[in-house]
Amino acid sequence: MRAVIVAEKLTKKFDGLRAVDGISFAIEEGECFGLLGPNGAGKTTCIRMIQCVSPVTSGELTVLGMDVKKEQRRIKAVLGIAPQDNNLDPDFRVRMNLIVYGRYFGIRREEAEKRADELLAFMSLTDKKDDQIDEISGGMKRRLVIARALVNNPNILILDEPTTGLDPQARHMIWEKVRELKRKGVTVVITTHYMEEAQQLCDRLVIMEKGKILVEGKPADLIEGHVKKGVVQVLDPEPELEAYIKLRDWSGERLGDIHYIYTDENQAVRSDILTRFPRANLLIRDATLEDVFLKLTGRGLKD
Amino acid sequence: MSVLGNISRSAMAVWSRNKSVFLVTWKTNFLPPFLEPILYLVAMGFAFGTLVKLPAPYDHIDYAQFIAAGLVANSAMYGGFYECTYGSFVRMHYQKTYEAIVATPLNIEEVIAGEIVWGATKSLINGTIVLLVTFAFGLAFFPGLVLVPVVAFLAGMCFASIAMIFTALVPNLDSFNYPFFLFIAPMSLISGTFFPINILPGPVQALALAFPLTHVASLMRGMSLNLLDWNMLLSLAYLAILTLITFYIAIYLMRRRLVK
Repeated sequence: MRAVIVAEKLTKKFDGLRAVDGISFAIEEGECFGLLGPNGAGKTTCIRMIQCVSPVTSGELTVLGMDVKKEQRRIKAVLGIAPQDNNLDPDFRVRMNLIVYGRYFGIRREEAEKRADELLAFMSLTDKKDDQIDEISGGMKRRLVIARALVNNPNILILDEPTTGLDPQARHMIWEKVRELKRKGVTVVITTHYMEEAQQLCDRLVIMEKGKILVEGKPADLIEGHVKKGVVQVLDPEPELEAYIKLRDWSGERLGDIHYIYTDENQAVRSDILTRFPRANLLIRDATLEDVFLKLTGRGLKD
Repeated sequence: MSVLGNISRSAMAVWSRNKSVFLVTWKTNFLPPFLEPILYLVAMGFAFGTLVKLPAPYDHIDYAQFIAAGLVANSAMYGGFYECTYGSFVRMHYQKTYEAIVATPLNIEEVIAGEIVWGATKSLINGTIVLLVTFAFGLAFFPGLVLVPVVAFLAGMCFASIAMIFTALVPNLDSFNYPFFLFIAPMSLISGTFFPINILPGPVQALALAFPLTHVASLMRGMSLNLLDWNMLLSLAYLAILTLITFYIAIYLMRRRLVK
């Protein structure tokens, strides 16, 4: 596997603030790589440097071996970008959005039309091809943004928060299409703060906070390495139960009205509590990437 | 900083985008530039004009002939200025069109250059429409009038560049009231469009001479009435230099606003 995007001590400063603070990572060809982190972690800034629209303050960043400081035009020609905010062109209808976008890549009209029809079919938007942009739903707009990102047959597809604000059907459809693109050999870079999305899609990921990378790895390895196998959530424990939990010295924490107990022995903890407090309100589940994320970035609000 | 060196022919893809939008909406865009000059010609030129005796060197032409070129010049100015203030700001700020385009091989310099050339195209279109109206009323003459659209385009490059400077600086759409009321409106009145500038007091005359519209109107008048003189070369040079400077500043300021 060769690395297609390589960052070395990559840094971006805005008015003295280090939005991205000396991070290094390598994204391999054909994988789905996730950039995770709370709002303000520096994910989108990273993406904007990769797509050559935000100049690098210091450090190195290459895309397919090309330096983002020197070969912007060639880099942008092989990238497909689906930005966080829909910036579809409201002056054109659905199909024409793809054709006009193709023009910016120098794709000729007949070829752009053919490509537009294929992509509309791929994203199940053929019925909507003559609609105005403000007539279609949020989920359709996201699909069209992704279709537009594919107009130039990119080697690398960058999806910034691809399913934020979408209903479950729309979200699952986008996940399915991303996996399909990956099977076709497209390298996918995704930013998200939905842990389920990252767990479903990413081969590897980094979790960022305040411009730095906290951890890097495969979702399963991160769960195994950073948290226990299971979680017992005790909802609104009475003072006696709270005292009992403290006494048992299980690892865990109290946040708001829930006490989280992190354990490899879900069932044992559950019966232990229920034998003494039969009316305790418990939720038993496997640990997820979200637990890793919250453990590393803290459960408090970020903004 | 290689502000101009980054601009390639692909800037024309931005021009094509705007042209495609125009071709869809041209019916609503077409009528106002036709109607307004007819109203002005009838009310100002033919009615009010019968009361007017122009001073030298215009004492041998009708007032309607005099303002005809002023109307063409004004419509060329408004065409480019309007497009690259309100039009460009909406595309930049509300529609995020620039952001979408710079994710493709085009860079921000090319986006702005394409927008300015499109603004100039609007000046060419609007100016030519008004020129045809004045021709129909017998107020513009061959062969000189064929050069008027060329001047309209050059004027458009200048006014679109100036407009883009404001677009790079304003915080919101309402702020365009300032350049429109404090810059464009006075310029449209005192640039030798409705009366010769030589009747103005000295300092105001000097101000009028600094306004690009003065040179556009005088070029257009000389051409459409076939009254050529050497001063026209100076006007042309002034417009060309002003255009180069404002074009450069517009791109520099836009880059400062948008590249972060």
